[in-house]
Formats: sequence, C-alpha cells, structure tokens
Amino acid sequence: MLKHYDISGTDFSVAGEASSNFKVVLKKLGISPDIVRRVSIAMYEAEINTVVHGGGGECDAEVLDGCVKIVFKDDGPGIENVELAMQEGYSTASDTVRELGFGAGMGLPNIKKYTDDMKIETQVGVGTKITLIVNL
Amino acid sequence: MAYYHSVTLDRERCRGCTNCIQHCPTEAIRVRGGKAKIIKDRCIDCGECIRVCSSRAKRAVTDSFDILKNYKYNIALPAPALYGQFGSDITADKILSGLTEIGFDDVFEVARAAEYISALTRKMLDEGSLPKPAISSACPAVVRLITVRFPSLINNIVNFLEPMEVAARMARKKAREKTGLPDEEIGVIFITPCPAKMTSIKASIAVNKSAVNGAISVNDVYLRLLGVLKNVKPKNLAKAGFEGISWARRGGESYGTRLQNYIVVDGIQNVIPILSAMENEKLNDVRFAEFSACPLGCVGGALNVANSYVSLNNIKNIADRAGKSKPIGDVKDKDFMFEKQLGASSAMNLDKDLTAAMKKMEEIEKVCETMPQLDCGACGAPSCKALAEDVVRGYADAYDCIFIMREHVRNITNELYEIAESHKDGSGMTSDEIARAKELSKKLLELEQHQQSGYNFNIAEMERY
Repeated sequence: MLKHYDISGTDFSVAGEASSNFKVVLKKLGISPDIVRRVSIAMYEAEINTVVHGGGGECDAEVLDGCVKIVFKDDGPGIENVELAMQEGYSTASDTVRELGFGAGMGLPNIKKYTDDMKIETQVGVGTKITLIVNL
Repeated sequence: MAYYHSVTLDRERCRGCTNCIQHCPTEAIRVRGGKAKIIKDRCIDCGECIRVCSSRAKRAVTDSFDILKNYKYNIALPAPALYGQFGSDITADKILSGLTEIGFDDVFEVARAAEYISALTRKMLDEGSLPKPAISSACPAVVRLITVRFPSLINNIVNFLEPMEVAARMARKKAREKTGLPDEEIGVIFITPCPAKMTSIKASIAVNKSAVNGAISVNDVYLRLLGVLKNVKPKNLAKAGFEGISWARRGGESYGTRLQNYIVVDGIQNVIPILSAMENEKLNDVRFAEFSACPLGCVGGALNVANSYVSLNNIKNIADRAGKSKPIGDVKDKDFMFEKQLGASSAMNLDKDLTAAMKKMEEIEKVCETMPQLDCGACGAPSCKALAEDVVRGYADAYDCIFIMREHVRNITNELYEIAESHKDGSGMTSDEIARAKELSKKLLELEQHQQSGYNFNIAEMERY
C-alpha cells in the first residue's frame, strides 16, 4: 500500500496536499484516530520542510505490517548541523517564509515528538532524506 | 432506531440530478435508478441536500401540530432563530405570546437555556477544565460530522448538552410543579430551524432519552404564528437577553464565552478545512471553536422561512432590544453534561481488517485510474474516486461510468466494423469470424441490459450500505 507524491518547491499554495491526501487514505483504512493524527502532524511538518528548505522533492508514504513509514527526499541544500536543527526554535527559514507563519523552528522537534522513529540522512549541497516511522 | 435520520427523500419529486450528491459533506448520497439514495450511516442530517435540491425532493421529517393532541399540557420550545423570521421590530414577548395562542399552553425559550450553557462554559473555562481547543457541541450536524470524518477531535468537543435539551428539562420541571401532571402528559415540543435537531430528539448521541417529545419546523409554525401576531396582546414571557438570543447567529455562542481568542466557522463546507487543520494541531492556540453547519448560524437553518441574511439582522436588533437578562447563578455541571460517551463512526472505513482494507484501497486506485477524472456525477456517485470505491465495495459497476461504457461500446463496434470491412469485396466470413461477431453482438446487448438490471441490484444492495 504505497502512495507516491511529488512535492512542488515553487507552488506554496499546494504545500500540505500530500499529507492531507494520505490522512484521508489512513482514515479510510480504519487506522485508529490517534495514529492518524500523529502521522498527519509529522508528515505535514516534513512536507513543509521539503517545500521550504528542500526546494521540493518527493514523498513515499506506506502502510506496512505494524507501522506507517514515510520518506521525504529532496535535492536541496542539506542540513549543516542536524543537532542544531533538532533544537526547538532553531530555524534557517527566510523572512518571506516566516511572514507566512512558518519557520518557528518546531518542524523537526515536532516530527520527533509525534513519530516512534525518525532518521535524517543529509549531505550539504546534495540533499536530505528523512524517514518517519509511526507504529500501528 | 440505529440509523434514524430526519433527512429523507421524496421519490416522486426527485429527478435524479447530481446537485445533492456533489454537495454532501460525507459522500452519503448516490443516484440509483434515477433517484437519490441516502446512505444512512454516513448521513449527518446537516440539511445541505435540502438546501441545494432544486426539485425540493429532500425533506426533513418533523412533527405536525397533531402531536399536541398526545398530551394534556404542551410547552413550545422556540429556537432563538424563530425570533428572526418576522422582521426587526418584533419583540420576543410577541412571538412567545403568539405561540400560546396557536395551541401551546406555555413556552420556554431555548435562548434562556443557552444562557445557562454560556454561564457553564465561562465557569469551566475559568477552571481550565475544557479541552484545548474546545469545540462547541451546539450544532448536532457538526458533532456528527466529527464522529464520521474527524474522530480524533471527539475529545475536543465540550460535553455540554444542546440548549434545546437543557430547555426541555427545565420546562418539564416547571410544568410538573405548576400542573401536577406526570411527565407522560406533558408535551415538550421544539420549534426547529434544523433537521439535525430532530435526530437529536429521536436518536441522540448525547443523552439516553431526550426530554423533548417532538419538533415542529419553523416553516410549519410560521403561517399560524403570522396570523395571530398582528392582534396578539404581548404577555411578559421573554426571559432571554442579548446573550441567549444571539445564539441564533454566527458568533453568538462565542460572545457568551467572553473570550477574545475564538474562531467562528459557519457553513459545512467551511467547517471541514478548519476541522482538518485542528486535527493537525494547527489551531492549538485557539481557545474556543464555534461551528455551525448552516451559513450564518442557526438563522441559516434549512427549515427557516426568512432569508438568512435578513434574519441575521432581525436577530441583532431583537437581541439588542432584549438587553441584559437576569444573571444566572452558579450552574451545576452535572445537569448539563452528556450522558453518553461519543464514539467514532466507522461509516467511512473500507474494512474492519487492515489488510483487507489496504487491498481494497489498492483496487480502488486501480479502478479509479481507468476513469475520466471529471467527477461529472453521471454515474450517480459524487466523484470518480467515490464510484471506484463503490465498485470495489460491490455496490456499483465500472460500466455505471458513461465514459467507460462508451469506450467499451466503441471498441466492440469498431471490431464489428472491421470484420465487415474485411469482407467488402464480397468474400464470405470464416466460421471463426461469425462466432466472434455473434459474441460481440451479444456483449453489446448485455451492456444495454446491464444498466437496468445493474441498477435494480444496486438499490437492494445499497439498503445495507
């Protein structure tokens, strides 16, 4: 049960569409409300990161035996200091992005909070891959 | 009583158009055999289909005035929206006195009961005992929408009874004391602008048994009331003030909270994206959320008579003139709380078993890819995706899609034509070609018949849907 989404890096009006689409899928599957909520929050944050920082990319969302696994991939600038990025309130978002109400530095901390496991693979100048796991 | 609904279809009037199916917030309507069919466990009684039906084929079942005959003593419970139906210079006293002249022995204002709920809301906000954000429980269609589509927000719903229920309990107590009659002989009748309130009475998800006996629509009360309003001598009956009467319009309930940080959303299509954002915890900084399925609040109710914008203005004027009501003392929480725990509905789920549900989901996507993605509704489902889901659930057939059907017919016709074309020199057909031509013709006939038999089959099946 794999869903693939292309994440636009230029059209901000569609940011969040992948996570809201996948939320509908999870509900139809009868996944418990609490898990649906956690997956959608974490996935939304990761999706916004892919748009804002990664300049767009792609997402594979999957319901597996025992867990929901979501992978976001981008060819963006990469994260220089993952430890710093994980700190609440730390953000490298531009002023424009902040004016839209994003860039509060809660993205990655929130993803960590709502998932059972997360993995960040990143290389400066190459891109970032983030894997989220929420157990069923 | 499992799936009682007030919203029903008048089959005679239904023309089988696609208005209602495409506006339903829970995809609860299909057109089958040229008539709309409501999927009972998905319907939330919001009345959206009543509003958009150009044939006036969607109706809300409410009680007639005959219900008054069942009781020795009848109390009218007017929704505050009733006050907005007759112009801006009318007084609540006049309307309430009018009700006592058209068959009711007494009145009890739901607007007054709403003030108790406002007082309780303020008290519990002060104590910090409400969920964050707190979602109003006043609109029964929204509460049902949450149980069907946003179950993770169930715990955010404040578990206060609807003002109607509170009013009914108070009215009953007052009537028992005044008349000495037993409960069975006291009729408590709600005057409703709202189809969903009827469901709250007959099949409440909040209380074990409603204290309300029935509901007459504002529409059905309107003419009788209009007839007596001119000459009625207003008695001093109105107890509700600005706060309670304002519950009829958007923002009225929120005003009662005295909060600054609240959100008011009206119109079911506007409510959905906000609930979705709440589910993603995007609105955690909002303290209170007031939702109404109807545009502008209860003044926009599907069973009202007056235009909702006009009615909104009337309500503002009437509420202003009513001013402050008698302050409400300390409210006892337990008198106003849900008796039942709200549960998530499984009406939208594909299957109880996750593996089976995932398999169905994959099939749905495969079927959906073959469809034109026009969401034209000609098949009777609200979208290509919904038809694909119906196909996989076994309630529809891919050939219900006229585009798929047309393509199929075209392919068969082309093949038949090619066979004929290859013999235009006058040569005879081989036995294989004859067999194939027969087979194709038979398929064409089957397709033609499919429509009819398929539809009939579906009607029977949909009953269980």
